[in-house]
Formats: sequence, structure tokens, C-alpha cells
Amino acid sequence: MESKHHYETIAELAALLSGGKLSAVELAQGLIERRKAVDPAVRAFNSFDEADALAQARASDERRAAGRPLGPLDGIPIGLKDVIAVEGQPLTASSRMLANFVSPYDSTVARKLKDAGAVCWGRLNLDEFAMGSSTENSAFGATRNPWDLERVPGGSSGGSAAALAAGEACAALGSDTGGSIRQPAAFCGVVGLKPTYGLVSRYGLIAFASSLDQIGPFARTVGDAALVLGAIAGHDPLDSTSFRVDIPDYRSEIAKRRGPWRLGIPREYFGEGLDPEIGAAVEAAIRFYRNKGCEIKEVSLPHTRYGIGAYYIIATAECSSNLARFDGIRYGHRSKDAADAVDLYFRSRAEGFGAEVKRRIILGTYVLSSGYHDAYYLRAQKVRTLIRQDFLDAYREVDALITPTSPVLPFKAGEKADPLAMYLCDVYTIGVNLAGLPGISLPCGFSKSGLPIGLQLIGQPYREADLLAIAAAYEGAHEWHTRHPDLEASVAAWNAKNPGRAS
Amino acid sequence: MQDYEAVIGLEVHVQVKTRSKMFTRVASGYGFAENTLTDPVVLALPGTLPVMNRAALDAVVKAGLMLGCEIAPVCKWDRKNYFYPDSPKNYQISQYDQPICRGGSVEIELPGPARNVMGEHKRIPLTRIHLEEDVGKLNHFARDSLVDFNRAGTPLMEIVSEPAMHTADEAFAFLTALKTVMVYGGISDCDMEKGQLRCDANISVRPAGRAELGTKVELKNLNSISFVRDGIAHEIARQLAIVRAGGRIDQETRDFDGQTGASQSLRSKEQAHDYRYFPDPDLMPVKVDYAWKERLRATCPELPFEKQRRLQGQYQIPYTITSVLVPDRELSDYFEAAAELSGQPQAAGNWVVNDLLRELGHARLPLGECKVRPGDLAGLVRLVSSGTIGTPAAREVFAEMFRSGEKPEAIVERKGLKAAASSDELERWCRESVAGDPRAASEFRAGKESAINAFKGPVMRAAKGKANPKAVDETLRRILAQG
Repeated sequence: MESKHHYETIAELAALLSGGKLSAVELAQGLIERRKAVDPAVRAFNSFDEADALAQARASDERRAAGRPLGPLDGIPIGLKDVIAVEGQPLTASSRMLANFVSPYDSTVARKLKDAGAVCWGRLNLDEFAMGSSTENSAFGATRNPWDLERVPGGSSGGSAAALAAGEACAALGSDTGGSIRQPAAFCGVVGLKPTYGLVSRYGLIAFASSLDQIGPFARTVGDAALVLGAIAGHDPLDSTSFRVDIPDYRSEIAKRRGPWRLGIPREYFGEGLDPEIGAAVEAAIRFYRNKGCEIKEVSLPHTRYGIGAYYIIATAECSSNLARFDGIRYGHRSKDAADAVDLYFRSRAEGFGAEVKRRIILGTYVLSSGYHDAYYLRAQKVRTLIRQDFLDAYREVDALITPTSPVLPFKAGEKADPLAMYLCDVYTIGVNLAGLPGISLPCGFSKSGLPIGLQLIGQPYREADLLAIAAAYEGAHEWHTRHPDLEASVAAWNAKNPGRAS
Repeated sequence: MQDYEAVIGLEVHVQVKTRSKMFTRVASGYGFAENTLTDPVVLALPGTLPVMNRAALDAVVKAGLMLGCEIAPVCKWDRKNYFYPDSPKNYQISQYDQPICRGGSVEIELPGPARNVMGEHKRIPLTRIHLEEDVGKLNHFARDSLVDFNRAGTPLMEIVSEPAMHTADEAFAFLTALKTVMVYGGISDCDMEKGQLRCDANISVRPAGRAELGTKVELKNLNSISFVRDGIAHEIARQLAIVRAGGRIDQETRDFDGQTGASQSLRSKEQAHDYRYFPDPDLMPVKVDYAWKERLRATCPELPFEKQRRLQGQYQIPYTITSVLVPDRELSDYFEAAAELSGQPQAAGNWVVNDLLRELGHARLPLGECKVRPGDLAGLVRLVSSGTIGTPAAREVFAEMFRSGEKPEAIVERKGLKAAASSDELERWCRESVAGDPRAASEFRAGKESAINAFKGPVMRAAKGKANPKAVDETLRRILAQG
């Protein structure tokens, strides 16, 4: 645990790299040591190709030596959720179904990161096929929260958030279908941004729910998130749902925007079920903005309470179809004792998928079935339109919304055995996906027990620059993001309890 | 005995001829090594997404315009969900509730009373045309089945007719006419052997005069045009036998075996699929605006039967010629060029339909590779009509043109085929011929026109075939008129 760079920001590291005070290989080696020390306990990574990572770092150093660095991300290790394709690397979705699958192609975001010189840094754990809110639904073992190894890191992008909080990567990519970036960011005390639907290409992201999925960055600071977003955003001819919009230099846009802003407080996001410590932290953040001269206005998003219902119909309907391709015919898990083609489907899928994935495929198949389609799927789409309209109505009066990211603090592993209780963790995040809006979670305090609390800011479509500027204003006046878990002590304790698995 | 009538509707799948596949850049094609026309999208690798091929949408809109369909203002995509090993995603991207084309019709020609007599024409209304992607192909072996995904993702149109046909002949005529329109528009080659055109038929019977439809049976795998006719005829007979015996028709899907001429049940109504259609969230709806439609309308060729009517009117050529020319757009274009250049449509038509087609058939050549260009054929026609060469010489010249591609004038020159007889020689041969058959001469003078032919043979023999028939005819008439 000797690396002194594992909690530095990309901005700081980029300065060291360009100043010749640090090489990409040194940075990578330091993080590899850190990973070896903490990951047996944290389990953020599904796999890590050390030789490949070092080769990428060496290539970065060579570019720099030749006077041709590719920009501020050149040589920066960025982890990718194991649902985003990188050529020649495993792509498992944390599922037995894809346990041995290696992607023969790059996702658009991986190609863009490579073009920016970033080092594609391992494969990060998740809830199987991004279905879950705790990263416990991984076929390869749960990820633990670096702030408390007994607790979950959130999900589904729990590996991405935990890797960052544990100092095992400098930034990470996750995907957010109903809160899967923002909620783990809140649970792990890091920044997580879910961009506007269509801003970042989904090509190469294993689809959970196509109309809701969006790739976004995890980072230590809002500025770092802006940097990574700038690298991965933009229209992609390989994704028909990606939007043609000019991508600004988000960091310089942030600097230009100083407010004050009109900020809305949706009353439906502060009701029953909200942990009082989280409520208090968010209230304090609201006070900060008010004191800064922002106009704070209570607004209503009246259809919020229908969000979870609509979400679990639309998301499962799409997933039942998206996951049909995992059939054991062309790739992925194939049952060894199938009698015929139909039997092969049944056995391969029964063996390959975990319980939560099966539950959602069955639910989605049901809601699309003849006779039920209109009552469920069609109705849910109508609700979705109303929810989006709620947000657009609110944006006539305010520039952005402030809410808690999660109603609950990071919970203990195994605590939420009831799937419905788990689904309710998404209550403040899914509206953003249903409406296709950008949302960011950033640290806004800690519970008395020392667990991170996340503040969610919800912005207007394709106005990430405004959203990031509002977040940066808060971050610049607070120090929450500079705190790190005392992993040395907790990993040592964990190793003592689990001697067989210590590295 | 109660009179029954059959009702037939067809669902025709036509592969659209595009360079790349429906939703990805990899090439579309037939006859390549297994699984070479694939990419991550075709194989539905995790994370891949479809992107619409605009050329395929253009083609189906063009087909719709040619068939008089109403074109939807928006092209919307749906997923049809079902598991099958030849389907890489286990859903097919298709169009469900908003097909790109609705309505329209196909003009058909029923068999005439004889081969050389035009049959009755009628219009078969269409329900819809939509665009989707083709699936791969399963090859079954003793123990295993192997999948070839080369075909998977090929743009495929589904053309659905109204249940408005009543005989196997009508269905046959429908497919033939539809195929001709598709080939004319460059939309598909419609080669059934390559699976570019495939047909399923919905067939029912009902007491004649009743409006409501009987229970339908879907007949699948009608994979040649003659199997369509045989299969439908067989199914109508099967259903009639059942209802006449007092039985009931079960709603089912049946498989027709063209080799044995028999069909067997594939699945009953109860086993029908629930495809769980829903809009494909990976694809945005595409607006097809007025300008887009008009751009395509400008590329629509004259329809085959319209062309046939025009050729008959404009060139005064008979059905026996147009019925051969028109089904082949290239051939009819060839004819028109030769007709215009020669100024003699009838002669040009005869050359094309008889000699040219025969030589192409023998040489197994497509018209596109024929060395005789329309201008050359027109040249040959003119050489004959001007009397420069006679018909036997013309056939020899044509054969040479077909072999070498040499100009007819050059061949005539080189081979010395020009009607070589001097007028003095011709005059002498004709006088000798008339003198040699006084009986025919008096018959001719008495008004028997055909008697003149008796003199021509000897003249031609004397001239060794190099006499100009027209000059011979004129000379004989002058001599006979002199008495």
C-alpha cells in the first residue's frame, strides 16, 4: 500500500505526467500494488490483465517521450464495468453465462478512451447484467464497500465505485439504467454522472434496458468526471439512439458558469422512507446553495410514485428481449447435456443466469405477452411520458433539481433479501432514466457511523455543462470528496478473518 | 351438390438487393463460404446495436410506389420475439403495427385460351408491405445441426396480399407478376433457388356466394413458383374433400413437399407463437417525407403490363412478341432500341424473340453479355429491308455477329454476301424462269398472286442465293406484266 498516487485526481496526475515527475508505468505499477493489497477484500475487479495494462502504460510513456501525448487522459488508468466491451478482454456481465467470453471488438467508449490515451484498467464487478443495487448479484462474488467491508458498495456499478473509493483506479466507467452509477457513487463517496440519454454511445455496452441504459463516468471530483465525459461523449454512427450534439470542453465550461442558479426541490423526493441523516445532509447542501445566492424553489413531480412500477415494466420488458441472445448457440455458456435445440435453450439459460436475471426475464416476458401488453407495457410507456413531462414542467421554473441520491445509507451485505426492498433503493434515481435526463451524485457528508452520503443534482437534457458547474460549485466549498476510507486497517482486519483469501 | 370456392392470400418474402445488410455494414450476398458474411452485429455479440440501411428502406418505398401503396410517413421498427437457432438475437427486427406500405395492388394476367392469346387481366389488392431482416440457415446432419449466418440480417420485404385470389392459377399469376415488378424496379433478383423470393399461402374454402371466410390453413415452404401452384391446388382439393364429406377444417400450419406433392401438419392454432411485439428501443423511427418519396418516385420504371400495352400500341407488334419481351426488362429495352434504330419494329421483334433468344439460350449467355448490340441488330434489319442481303444470308450474318460481335455490314462485305447479281443477269434469270413455266405465268396473270413464287426458286438457284429477293420479285412482276 505504498503508492502515494492512488487517491490523486486525474488533474493532479496529468500535471505530474506532463511535468515528467511521474511516468504512466510508475503510476500503473503503484496502482497494481494497491490493487493487490486491497482487492482481495474489496473485490472490485472481476479480472485484471496486468501485462496488457502495463503495455498500455508503456505506450503512453513512449508517446510522451516522442512529444506526442494525446491529452490530459494519456496514461491515466480508467476501469471499465465488465459490461462494456474491450477488444481482447473478458466481457462477463458478472454472469456464468459469459464466464469465458472474450470480446472480439471494442465498444465505442473503449475506443474513445484508447484514442485519448487512457489505460483500460481491468474489468469491474457488477450485479449480473447490471440488474441490482448492491453488486451482490454477481456470479463471481460480491464487491464490498471500501468504507465498511461488511456493507455493499451499491450497484449495479458497484465495482466501478468501489475501485475508485479503494484507490485501485483513477476513474471508472459504469452504466446507469435506474441509478446504477449514481447510487453506488453515493454509497462509496465518489462522483458519478449519468449523462443525458443519447449523449454517450451505447455501442459495446451489454444491453439491460436499451431505452434507459447510459454509460457514464465515476471520478474523484466533478472536474475529473467532466474530463472523462468529454472523452466518451458524442454522436456515434454505430448507435442509432446517439444524439448529434456538439461536445464542449466541459472543464472550461464549468469555469465559465458561476451561477447563481434557480434550483428546485421536488417535494416527492423528501418523503417517507428517507433516512434522516441523508435528509439532513441534503438540507445542508440546499442551504449552501441558498447562501450562495441561488433561488431555491419547491417544485412537484406528481407522477413520481408511479416511477418504480413503470420502470420495472419497461426495463424488464426490454431485458427479456435483450437477453434472448444468450442461448448457448453462438457463444457463452452451453449446457453439456442437452437433448435437442429447445432443451439446449432451457438448460443453458437455467444454468447460465442467476436468480435476479431470471426473475426479470420472466416478468418482462409476462408484461409483453399477448393480452397483457396494453395493460402493462403500453400503460407504463404512458406513465413514462407523464414523468418526463413532470420534469420538463419543473424546468420552466428552475435550472436543476436537488435531491438525495439514495433514501438509504449503504446497507449490510445480505440485508435486503426481499427483491422489492432492493427495488425501492432506486426510488430517487429511476425518474431520471425514465425521463432521459442527466443526473450526478456527489459526496455531501457522512453518517455518524462514517458512511458516505450522496447528493443528486438532476439537469436538463444535454446541458451537462450546467449540471457539472452546479455540482462543482458545491464541491469547491466542501471537503467531503477529499476523505478516504481507512482501508489499511479494515483490510488487515478482513485478512485476519479470511486468511485463506489474503494476498 | 353445394358449390364451394377457395380463397387464397399470399405472404411473399422478397430479399432486397442491397450491398450491405439491413442493420450493419457487412456485405449481403449468396454463395459465399459459411459464416463469412458476418460481423459482431450479425452474430448478435453482446453489446452490438443495429443501424438502419437506408438503401433498403429506399427499395421498399420504391416497391410500394410501383405497386400504388400508401407510404407511411414514419418508418417504425418493432421486435418480433421468438427463439430459433437461425435467429442470432432470438428476436427479429420487423414492422408490426405500422408497416411502411399499405394498400396497393398487383396487376396479374391469367392464362389465355391459348399460349399466343392474351389472358384476362385483374388487380389483386395488397394488405401491406413491411421491411424486416432475414434469418440464418440451419443445415442438418446425422447428429448435429450447423448454422450459417451469411443470410442473417439480409433486408427482407414481406408482401401480404388480401385474401382475394380463388385459384392456384391466380396465385401463380400473382407471383409471376410481382416478381416481374420487383426485377423491373431493381429491388430484387427474385431468384427462388437462392431463396430471394419465398412464399407462404393462406387457404380456405367457403360455400360459393358466402361473404365470410372459412377456417384458413397456412401452407409453408412453397419454394418454387410451380410448387406454389401445385401446393395450393393440392390444399384446395384436400379442404374440398373434407368439407364435402361433412368435415371441418382445422386451423393449422402445413408443410408442402413439392417433390412428393403431399403436405403434413406442422403446428395447430393452439401451438401458435406469441411474438411479444414491442417497438425496438435501439432504433429511432425514420421520417419518410415528401421529398424522399418524390426522389424515389422519379426512379420508378414503367410497369411491365403498362409497357406491354404501350409496345403493342406504339409499335403495332403482336402479343406473341410482347409476351416474350416484356417479362424481361432488359430484353424489352433491347427490342425498343433495335426497333427505334431500324425503324422496323416487327422485323426487329422477330429477330429478338426468335434468333437472339435462341442463340442466347444455346450459348447460355445473359443478354448483358451478348456481343450483338441493338444498333448492330438494327443494321442487320436494314440490310435485309433494303434488299442488300436476303434472309438466308442474314441468318448467316447474324450467327457470325453473335459469335464475334463484328458489325453486320463488315461481315457482308468480308464474306461477299451482298446480293451480287447484276441487273442484266437477274433480268436473264427471271425471263428464263417465266419462260420455263408458262402454266404458272398464266395463272398469275389470271389473278393467282401466289403463283409468282413458282418462278423465284429457279432464279435463286441460278443466283446461288445472292439475288436480292425484293429485286427478284419486282423484276418478275415487270416481266409477267409485259406478257
